Amino acid sequence: MSVIYVLLAISICVALVFFIAFIRSVKAGQYDDSYTPSVRMLFEDELVSTEGTVTTKKSEKINQIQDTNQ
Amino acid sequence: MLDDTCYHCGDSCESNPVHFDEKIFCCHGCKTVYEIFSDNGLSYFYELEAKAGSTPNPIQKKYDFLDNPEIVSQLVEFDEEGVQVINLSIPNIHCSSCIWLLENLNKLHGAISISQVNFPEKTIRVTYKKDGFSLKALVLLLSSIGYEPYLSLEDYAKKGKKVDRSLLYKLGVAGFAFGNVMLLSFPEYFEVEEFWLEQYKVVFRWLMFAFSIPVVFYAAQDYFKSAIKGLRSKMLNIDVPIALGVLVLFLRSSVDIIWDLGSGFFDSLTGLVFFLVLGKFFQQKTYAFLSFERDYKSYFPIAVTRLGAENEEENIQIYKIRKGDRLLIRNQEILPVDCVLIKGTAEIDYSFVTGESKPVIKEKGERLFAGGKQLSGVLEVEVQKSVSQSYLTQLWGNSVFSKDKASNFQTLTDGIGRRFTLAVLSIAVLSSVYWLVFEPSLVMNVFTAVLIIACPCAIALAAPFTLGNMLRIFGKHKLYLKNTNVIERLAKIDSAIFDKTGTITTAQQDAVLYEGVELTDAEKNMLKTTLRASSHPLSRSLYSILKSNDIVTLDEFQEYEGKGLEARVNERTMKVGSASYVGQEQKSKALNTSVYVSTDEEVKGRFVFKNHYREGVDEMFKELQQSIELGILSGDNDGEKLRLQKILPVNAKIAFNQKPEDKLKFIKDLQQSHKVLMVGDGLNDAGALAQSDVGIAVSENINVFSPACDGILDAEALDRLPLFIELSRKSIRIIKISFLLSLCYNLVGLYFAVTGQLQPVIAAILMPLSSISVVAFTTLCVNLLGRKLK
Repeated sequence: MSVIYVLLAISICVALVFFIAFIRSVKAGQYDDSYTPSVRMLFEDELVSTEGTVTTKKSEKINQIQDTNQ
Repeated sequence: MLDDTCYHCGDSCESNPVHFDEKIFCCHGCKTVYEIFSDNGLSYFYELEAKAGSTPNPIQKKYDFLDNPEIVSQLVEFDEEGVQVINLSIPNIHCSSCIWLLENLNKLHGAISISQVNFPEKTIRVTYKKDGFSLKALVLLLSSIGYEPYLSLEDYAKKGKKVDRSLLYKLGVAGFAFGNVMLLSFPEYFEVEEFWLEQYKVVFRWLMFAFSIPVVFYAAQDYFKSAIKGLRSKMLNIDVPIALGVLVLFLRSSVDIIWDLGSGFFDSLTGLVFFLVLGKFFQQKTYAFLSFERDYKSYFPIAVTRLGAENEEENIQIYKIRKGDRLLIRNQEILPVDCVLIKGTAEIDYSFVTGESKPVIKEKGERLFAGGKQLSGVLEVEVQKSVSQSYLTQLWGNSVFSKDKASNFQTLTDGIGRRFTLAVLSIAVLSSVYWLVFEPSLVMNVFTAVLIIACPCAIALAAPFTLGNMLRIFGKHKLYLKNTNVIERLAKIDSAIFDKTGTITTAQQDAVLYEGVELTDAEKNMLKTTLRASSHPLSRSLYSILKSNDIVTLDEFQEYEGKGLEARVNERTMKVGSASYVGQEQKSKALNTSVYVSTDEEVKGRFVFKNHYREGVDEMFKELQQSIELGILSGDNDGEKLRLQKILPVNAKIAFNQKPEDKLKFIKDLQQSHKVLMVGDGLNDAGALAQSDVGIAVSENINVFSPACDGILDAEALDRLPLFIELSRKSIRIIKISFLLSLCYNLVGLYFAVTGQLQPVIAAILMPLSSISVVAFTTLCVNLLGRKLK
């Protein structure tokens, strides 16, 4: 029956691992915002246009924005 | 496409839609945003949620101050090795499309590496490289796609704000210990004489002891602190019996296992603390995107443009403004200080200060007060007073702003706590005395058992769960309260004072009356045509009210900024504008905003703009006056006196021309004999809101601005105010009933305790049972009550 010491030790170790995981996740700020991640995970990582055209057009556009704003 | 609303923002496109890419847009701003999105592969934005965009505002030179590195360094959170991190507040964030778009900012500009949205707080955290990019560029980029950040003086120097997560840690510790202790204490519940159990119970017990140490000394420490604080100020709050119960539970259990008297009450101890912390966690719910602590700082700009001796422009931080400086105030900018106008025509909107929506026209040499917003053209002003000494900001020097209302208020639970503690202590002493006579060996057992079983866990949970639930229900119906304490205070209100302009009247609709010579049809047509060409807010509201449909062609049209309009058709001239412009002598000080009309230099009459009362105000006052005394405090003149007297009861107090300090003093005087609710909206009500027992700010757009207060009420829900007060009162009744319920459990427990038969298993059943049934009862009742609001 002394196997119960081993079992106890294991069960408490497992519990402690989860406890530490919880503390770490709180510390990392996981519980600060409980809403946004639920939306974020529904987004798909799609890209509509190809890379090449994007970069050239992008810089033109940004310049244009800044021109209009200044 | 059948749909005639803007593809980007969903507004109706009215008369001149912009067609582009087989889609229609309400304006060029929206079209530009669409172009940016589709060029950068971000058109998925429109698939997530249709018509979710926001129209960008024109911003010109508004953010030039971000060129000043000193200001930027105060705003950014992190700035090293060419990388900056900033947290920006963006009130426009409202849907999942916004989240997706703002988290894909790196597709719009390569220098942005990470952007992360916090939806509940409506903030975005952006990490970007300074190389070829800057904070100003980021702000302009966000503004250009319709997400203009809200930068205010408040953001300045608030760096290093730490989030308090200690309650979550405590909840984790207590929950962890509770679960493990429950498991370990289970074998001994049934008191079976079993060989192996006897062998191992010592290990089990000491493990439970070890688990309960962090619970008592960490998770429950707030209760000890609060109890000691209460005792020092000679107040027996509810935390005293709780702290006593926790302490006695721990000591008695330790003694039990050291001398092998029993298995101790570690399960009850950890369970008790876990439930208590859970209650606190539940009560803590706040509205992260609203701020209840705002003062002028969250409204004022961070920097202004100062003119040097040779008219060179320089951006300076507003605390650096000195008396005598010359400032340049552009269109849509806010005056940060009291000053004198030296160049330009000022058209100042004081709506944030007074709640009055109509702009005021000021001429050269007149004084302008801090907090006003310039509406047309550029001004040059000379500073009269520094920021902290201006008329408006001086109000914040008053001591009411440093007072914490919640700490001066004795809650229902604390009120009960006093009597409860005395009762428990006397029962414990009496039963100990009894056993001292008959069976001295049981004395300590009975004394501690009474303190343990009487620990008012259920009482301490009743208020957090009732009020926490009520807070959520109120929130769903557009009354956002600062904390649960406000509900208790709201229930005690017997007097309600309202601000007039902006609170019970609305700025969005006007009632217009015409006084003077009747206009002919031709004149009416001409007037309408003249107004059509003007973009002035008064012209526009007058235009939308006039019924004429025939639009004539104007031969000539001229708008004089800050004065009025002049139009010419078929040799007839028409002038619309202020009294002095039209040629009318102002006989008395005008009580209401008016627009004068003249044709061929002959004054015909004037249009008087009257306040438009919000819908349901009459009924609201009628309902309120049954249980509450009413009053009106207005910063305006008494032009509306008769109308107000009609909708208010006879004994109502009505006062006009009230300065912010007058309002504060009025409330203070009234508080001698009453519990006062103040309902206001502008910065000028801030003092009264802070002084009153409950201060509620009414706001048409809750994201924008409201002064420091206890609660923010959406203007749409103003007519529900009587219902909110009634529900607060009923919540208090629910708490009282649940006190009775938990007392019943305590009586049963006390029977076991006093007779010396309290077994750990009884405590382990009774204590969670009472807590859970009280929580279930209050939650059910509150939700039933909440249905009334629908």
